[in-house]
Amino acid sequence: MTTAGWIIMLSSVGAVTLLFVWCLCRVLTHKPSSEKLHGIDDIPTEDVEKD
Amino acid sequence: MSGSSSKEAWSSRLGVILAVAGSAVGLGNFLRFPGLAAQYGSGAFMIAYFISLVVLGIPICWAEWTLGRYAGQKGFRSSPGIFYALIRHPLGKYVGVLGVFIPVVIYMYYVYIESWCVAYGWYFLTGKLNLGGNVSAYDNYWAHYVGATGDGTALLPGHQAAIVFLLIVFALNFFLIYRGLVQGIEFFCKYAMPALMVIALVILARVLTLGTPDAAKPDQNVLSGLGFMWNPGDWQTQLKNPQLWLAAAGQIFFSLSVGFGVIITYASYLSQKNDVVLSGLSASAANEFCEVALGGLITVPAAFMFLGAAGVIGQGTFGLGFKVLPLVLSHMPMPWLFGFLFFFLLFLAAITSSLSMLQPGIAFLEEGLGLNRKQSITLLGLLTAVGCTFVVYFSKDLKALDTMDFWVGTVFIFIMATIIIIYFGWGMGIERGFEEAHRGAEMKIPGVFKFIMKFVSPAYLLIIFALFVLFEVFGWNYHTGEFKPTGYVRDLIGPEPNVVARVTVLFLVITVIFFGLLTALAGKRWDKEKSPGAKPNNPSKS
Repeated sequence: MTTAGWIIMLSSVGAVTLLFVWCLCRVLTHKPSSEKLHGIDDIPTEDVEKD
Repeated sequence: MSGSSSKEAWSSRLGVILAVAGSAVGLGNFLRFPGLAAQYGSGAFMIAYFISLVVLGIPICWAEWTLGRYAGQKGFRSSPGIFYALIRHPLGKYVGVLGVFIPVVIYMYYVYIESWCVAYGWYFLTGKLNLGGNVSAYDNYWAHYVGATGDGTALLPGHQAAIVFLLIVFALNFFLIYRGLVQGIEFFCKYAMPALMVIALVILARVLTLGTPDAAKPDQNVLSGLGFMWNPGDWQTQLKNPQLWLAAAGQIFFSLSVGFGVIITYASYLSQKNDVVLSGLSASAANEFCEVALGGLITVPAAFMFLGAAGVIGQGTFGLGFKVLPLVLSHMPMPWLFGFLFFFLLFLAAITSSLSMLQPGIAFLEEGLGLNRKQSITLLGLLTAVGCTFVVYFSKDLKALDTMDFWVGTVFIFIMATIIIIYFGWGMGIERGFEEAHRGAEMKIPGVFKFIMKFVSPAYLLIIFALFVLFEVFGWNYHTGEFKPTGYVRDLIGPEPNVVARVTVLFLVITVIFFGLLTALAGKRWDKEKSPGAKPNNPSKS
């Protein structure tokens, strides 16, 4: 493993990991204005159950 | 539009992100990406890869999320319906046929590959996959298992296991789809995606602590394995190779599932208050994490440690996944556990993708034809079963699978993605597109992306597509300048055509015509509903 290899590996893996963690933190910490937007009651189980 | 699909909505933002990420994370993350990176010299490849991610992958993702949600507000949940709403022209809906045709056809062969993962996991768990130290033994085993030795052999007596595993996986997919968007796809992805990442981290920890597996070969150790994957070659020369740019862009493109018709369908179930910018970026980031940070550190380094460079170079996705890695895993400590975990990981990656391939078809049948869930499941199940049987029967050298993958899983995806990004930047207009994207957004898209999405992404995509046609269709030799049509073309036209390839293309033509006819019927239905005084249909009661 050369120094250049270490740099490429750490920068590539680090970049995508940081981006993923940043996105995850923002998604989990920011409460959306309305979590259940159409409402859980609209889940289409009715036609399944009816049939 | 009315109908059960139009009533559906994601129950949480994390759910939709995990569902889209699940659609994107597939076998390519763990098998195709590492092979390409190692093949092209990681330094140059990663430069091209990240440029493609920024100017192609993420912009098209944002465009798909935005257009899907926009059309969803108008009551459309299927790709033909979405394009019916977007392109206000009688032919507009036919553009959307690709968004149903592509995922449904890909499902026909993808589910077969998915079943191999389950089978290999089971065989590791039960100790049946220890075939010695020669990769040819694993090659023969795989060829026999999938029926690559001759057409129809996968259906002969003695091959029941392959069919049984296929039926199990096929049924599981349709069971989850039958449960609906929230109770099926979202519920499954909420558990499967975290499980996938945890399993990948466990396997990664195992690979990185292997040290020097064979004391007789001290040069094959963890560091040299990582070096084989990540050490740059002559990156300045490599960056001048157009095939490297094609490979990097293609990997980004197919890995993120853009142009499949999946993201646009999934996004149509969002409301206008839902964020699409952060969600789209999060789903892409999850895919990139699985691909670069997990896939990039596991498969190729592990294979190198046991087999050296000769065992890794030139292996395609199937070669690495079903020939080299089973050998590697069978030589690790506790092979039954790590072999099972690895193929279970591949199975989770595959099923979260295959589920997403069915939803566009279901949404179209429900919305366009007014079928209820059972009817649409039955029709789509029948159609995909026919296609899957076709793939399984014409299994010699996996010709049918390969032909479908090339023409549908590659060419048509390019076309669909090009349509989406051009429509976003030029049809809808970049200003309006950005305005639409930012409704309910929890982060802003940097202003520079207006220029990127309007000019750079379409131009880059068209250049990449032109390179693809030059290299992969006309067989342009970059070094000599000669043209020799590739096997995909010679299989169809030329002195020695391949009958199976021709029949496969005929099958694809019939399938796309079938979807075209269904779209014509759906269009009449939508026109009728749009007309003044029309009573909305209620497919759930039809």
